[in-house]
Amino acid sequence: MELKEKLLSSFLAFENQVDVDTYVHDIRSKAIKTFETKGFPNKMDEAWKYTSLNKILKEDYSVFSKEENALEYSDVKKYFIHDIDSYKIIFIDGKYSSHLSDTTHDGMDVCLMSAALTKPKYRLVIENYFNKAAKDDGLSALNTAFSKEGAYINIPKNKIAEKPIQIIHFSTGKESALMLQPRNLIVVGENSHVQIIERHQSLTSNPVLTNSVTEIFANKRAIVDYYKVQNDDQNASLIDNTYINQKQQSHVSVHTFSFGGKLTRNNLNFFQNGEHIDSTLKGVTIIGNKQHVDHNTLVHHIEPNCESHQDYKGIFGDNSVGVFNGKVVVEKEAQKTNAFQANNNILVSDKASINTKPQLEIFADDVKCSHGCTIGQLDESAMFYLRSRGIPEKEAKALLMYAFANNVLESVKIPELKKRINKLIANKLAVNIGFDL
Amino acid sequence: MLKIKDLHASVDDKTILRGINLEVKAGEVHAIMGPNGSGKSTLASVIAGKEEYEVDKGNIILEGENIGELEADERAHKGIFLSFQYPVEIPGVSVTNFMKTAINETRKARGLADMPANEMLKLIREKSELLEIDRKFLSRSLNEGFSGGEKKRNEIFQMAMLEPKLAILDETDSGLDIDALRIVANGVNKLKSKDNATIVITHYQRLLDYIIPDFVHVIHNGRIVKSGGKELALELEEKGYDWIKEEVGA
Repeated sequence: MELKEKLLSSFLAFENQVDVDTYVHDIRSKAIKTFETKGFPNKMDEAWKYTSLNKILKEDYSVFSKEENALEYSDVKKYFIHDIDSYKIIFIDGKYSSHLSDTTHDGMDVCLMSAALTKPKYRLVIENYFNKAAKDDGLSALNTAFSKEGAYINIPKNKIAEKPIQIIHFSTGKESALMLQPRNLIVVGENSHVQIIERHQSLTSNPVLTNSVTEIFANKRAIVDYYKVQNDDQNASLIDNTYINQKQQSHVSVHTFSFGGKLTRNNLNFFQNGEHIDSTLKGVTIIGNKQHVDHNTLVHHIEPNCESHQDYKGIFGDNSVGVFNGKVVVEKEAQKTNAFQANNNILVSDKASINTKPQLEIFADDVKCSHGCTIGQLDESAMFYLRSRGIPEKEAKALLMYAFANNVLESVKIPELKKRINKLIANKLAVNIGFDL
Repeated sequence: MLKIKDLHASVDDKTILRGINLEVKAGEVHAIMGPNGSGKSTLASVIAGKEEYEVDKGNIILEGENIGELEADERAHKGIFLSFQYPVEIPGVSVTNFMKTAINETRKARGLADMPANEMLKLIREKSELLEIDRKFLSRSLNEGFSGGEKKRNEIFQMAMLEPKLAILDETDSGLDIDALRIVANGVNKLKSKDNATIVITHYQRLLDYIIPDFVHVIHNGRIVKSGGKELALELEEKGYDWIKEEVGA
């Protein structure tokens, strides 16, 4: 049976597990119909021209994990930023692990989507925010239809979350192939501030396909710093659909570190609903083998006096493929917009490729919009300079690549995370030189 | 220390060096002068091991070992240092980070452990004082936005850190005002010992007022056409290069 058919028929089984007489289930029912109509994207869709899901969709995925699987912290500690105090919302094969998690209801809610979707006390928030930012493309609709579990974070007004929140989705490989559809909702109140780290980690080489949807709502003057660490197993694929709705004077940044996985597609969408909004999108991609990473970004400037900053760096080795499609829309009312976009790439192998496409749609006349993309090799004169000082070829290359990617790291506000990313980059470049000196 | 025998080299099939012979002994300072395009900088790059240059014939021998086939970093490990005419800007790598990597990679190649951090700091402090370099300067990105003088001072600072056996200064005086020239020359002179040697490549005699050479060689058309003592540099300053071209019948 094809995956689409399987998913459609699984929806009936899914309905036996959830309360169908609810506000949320009406949304799910609509969404499954949307998915039935639209299905999975294919290469005929302009936005999927360079990324094909065909091979990945051929696996015989279990749509739900049959069992509750457990993990010991000591076995998975290395996937946590463990040297700092943090809240943790941890899932194993799509199911919540209370054992590994550290949630709170003390002055704010850092807990589970399954609770938020079913308990009356969350109803108002759910009705106000759930599925209000997500688009109804096939993949997002599919996630909405099966939305049941994920992270739920609600920070009320005037609150600074003093610890970062880590959201980690583990897959154990107990199923021979598993599809996961986590659904996250993050609401940040006026003047509030939160830092979130998200990671998907497969623990075996069994295929995993994650189709996740995250909705983030940043109210007036809220500050949200979101970090996505994508360093998954060779057979794990991720389609990350993130929708960010910003109100006036809010600052939201999303850093995406893509170092692993089979196929990774990031659909990152910002909507600016207010003035003096600042949106930051940064990414470092370092991949090799046959890995594929696709960044598809949208910044929708709707009101005047807002800024957006996009800076994506990519280093591609072996037969890897990179895609960057950055769309910036500036509406007629959005005067004095300042939108910046850069995508710089280095190809370190003749067989690697990158497709990069800036897409600007500007309807206002008093704006500053810039974009630039480059594709290059490492500078030979810089290589000679480093080597003439005794730095061998491999290390010199690594140093130049590190330097190339470095400015994206500068804006990471959690020092331990920055250190960890530094280490991941050094590992990825297969060198043993300390970068964070 | 260094023996160059009948060295021919080309870049992109264009022959530039046509039979260079040169011997530099420990403790000596040699100046190599010559008009633009004569092959001075090519000689420097070929000794340092720049890949684009093809050695067509001849040998480069450092302390009895033929280094002509070694990579640039391997030559650096053997004690060759090139002060660049145009140091390359490398955004994102601080001067300190760069120096630490260079020193520890060199030590690794020589079978030594990494230099302990406190020792490294002490060395950096000592050598930056020698070149009158502000500490803040060391945390800046390598050569990025440096003035001409800062770049050259930074080159000699690197030389001081790496303590090479053979230092080649390629047009180190270009772009320097008189104060920077004095600081750079002073640094070079302080680093001189009976165990190391220096090759100063320059178009003008000016630098040689500060770094006094034992020998002066004139390159023309890829060959050394005249050698002499330090007075040869003064003669060139006074009369220009044309009389040499006439003398060698070029």
